[in-house]
Amino acid sequence: MPDGSPLPTCRPETGFIPREIFSSRAVFDREQETLFARAWLFVGHESLIPRPGDYFLSRMGIEPVILCRDEAGEVRVLLNSCRHRGMRVCRAERGNTRHFTCPYHAWSYDLSGRLVGVPMRRQLYEGVLDEASHGLVPAGRVARYKGTVWATWDAEAPDFAAYLGDVRPHLDAVLDHRDGREGGSEVIGIHRWIIPANWKFAAENFLGDTYHNPSHASVDLIGIGPSARSGRTGRRDEQPAQHLWVSFPSGHGVHSLIAPPDNPYTPAFRDDPEAEAHFARCHEERVRRLGEAARLSAFTGTIFPNASYHGRQPRGICVWHPNGPEETEAWRFFLVDADAPAHVKDVLRRYYMRYSGPAGMTEQDDAENWLYATAACRGPISRRQPFNYQQSLGAWRRGDPVPGDVSLQITEQNARNFYRAWQAHLDGAPWPALIGQDT
Amino acid sequence: MTSPAAEAAIAIGATPPPLPPDPGLLLLRQEVEDFLLHEADLLDERRFREWLALLAEDIVYFMPIRTDRAFGEQAGEFTAQGRGISWFDEDKWTLTKRVEQILTGVHYAEEPLSRVCRVITGVRLLAVSPDRRQVTARSRFLVRQGRLDYERADFVGSRTDILRREPEGWRLARREIILTDTVLLAKNLSIFF
Repeated sequence: MPDGSPLPTCRPETGFIPREIFSSRAVFDREQETLFARAWLFVGHESLIPRPGDYFLSRMGIEPVILCRDEAGEVRVLLNSCRHRGMRVCRAERGNTRHFTCPYHAWSYDLSGRLVGVPMRRQLYEGVLDEASHGLVPAGRVARYKGTVWATWDAEAPDFAAYLGDVRPHLDAVLDHRDGREGGSEVIGIHRWIIPANWKFAAENFLGDTYHNPSHASVDLIGIGPSARSGRTGRRDEQPAQHLWVSFPSGHGVHSLIAPPDNPYTPAFRDDPEAEAHFARCHEERVRRLGEAARLSAFTGTIFPNASYHGRQPRGICVWHPNGPEETEAWRFFLVDADAPAHVKDVLRRYYMRYSGPAGMTEQDDAENWLYATAACRGPISRRQPFNYQQSLGAWRRGDPVPGDVSLQITEQNARNFYRAWQAHLDGAPWPALIGQDT
Repeated sequence: MTSPAAEAAIAIGATPPPLPPDPGLLLLRQEVEDFLLHEADLLDERRFREWLALLAEDIVYFMPIRTDRAFGEQAGEFTAQGRGISWFDEDKWTLTKRVEQILTGVHYAEEPLSRVCRVITGVRLLAVSPDRRQVTARSRFLVRQGRLDYERADFVGSRTDILRREPEGWRLARREIILTDTVLLAKNLSIFF
């Protein structure tokens, strides 16, 4: 897009989306200012920082942040940038410390971000420097939710629960124990890799692009799931269920399942009797604990804007950090129940590794598609043709059988809703409008 | 985790000093080097099934993930084989699956197939069993991957291999692959190392 020309406007309700939004530097810059600087973003998981002094380097948009636990045990999210010349005050990715000391001029900060050390302060800064206002910049708001940590730069942002809205039971199905108890997950490993593609392709993929399954034909032919050695093809055992594609006012979209009323256990770990018995037992417990609500399970989804999940297997949260219009840094946090037997965790981690990420047999093909779809947004001739988002246009209903806008067939409604919310953020809409509370 | 190869694994960062001079080891090293170069040729020539045949049935194929740690805390730099999440922590079944996937012809990350040149160098023996039927070898690699028109990825690193002499010849029983990346700077690890 030439300098000075207006940003393209996205009107997804038409069934078309301009290609520029996937490759334009101006659009990317606006996203940083009006979207990533305001929306609630996934920062990490408490299991990464169990003790006071523990830290984990993370990101919010293009901004580097420190996720840490201070001496009082409180979880902090701080901009990793010295207030003097901006150098990163913490450069080890994980560890335990009492202070963050800048390598440049040695200003140092405590775990709550307070500026506690300025070399030669009395000689050079006496009566001038106000230390109290020179702490590391804290996130505007931080929320801890069932082990996960989220933050927004905007102190005026609504509560995380209000931001989630009715997507909450779907996210709960990701984060809660397999036996239905609340929370209880831990991170057993993190993938970080570069995808030369716009971040929105990845976010859109997870919020309900079930239509892209043909790209995974190779794994479906050979079978890579936990029942593959027993002769099952595909990526996992599919349970009989009503598939739902649901979108929400804040921009979230999910693909979830509603099991039949009797909600039987579907064998899914046929290669490993011990794991199968464990998950069958968890399923029975969950049904006993949650009753009717246990029929809902989360398949994939995206919490707007860039935190996606696999709710069942391979269970985890993937964050699509924007590096530039044509580059994304993907981080996947793999989740297991912390108190699962060691053998079960071993079965899961092996499945996660062969499925997910740059070495994963499934997701390699996703990266290939996103790269070349992004590259297709550069040319002036290509750009004359917007992308088609007409799939299942209008085929949804509100609140039936779960809250949200529900489609019972494969649809791009979740994507249309995502780009509606995206446009509202780019337009700088007020918070009530951004979370659907303006009517 | 109790295979002979796993027991013989040298911990990362604990490379032993060179073996004492021994004319017999010259020939052994030649055999090992030939094996590794042949293996690279098979992979470059996409003879994946023939490559699989060179892997022991109990092979451990491991590529850890690295993270930067503060001085004094480097113990956590590499993920561990047998625990948590690494780039690869595979057995022969998954490696076979990866080959089968490529051979479907619709694995789009490898269709069209990547063009790969593996430069294997600096082969040396770190340990040799008394009966000389199991050898631990270190090598360095430079792997260039080309895809379609503009895609190029370079992987530089070291491998620590355990080779076992079986009735049919040398077989790879353990491979540990160390890259320099923390954040993986390639979009995929769709090739073999």
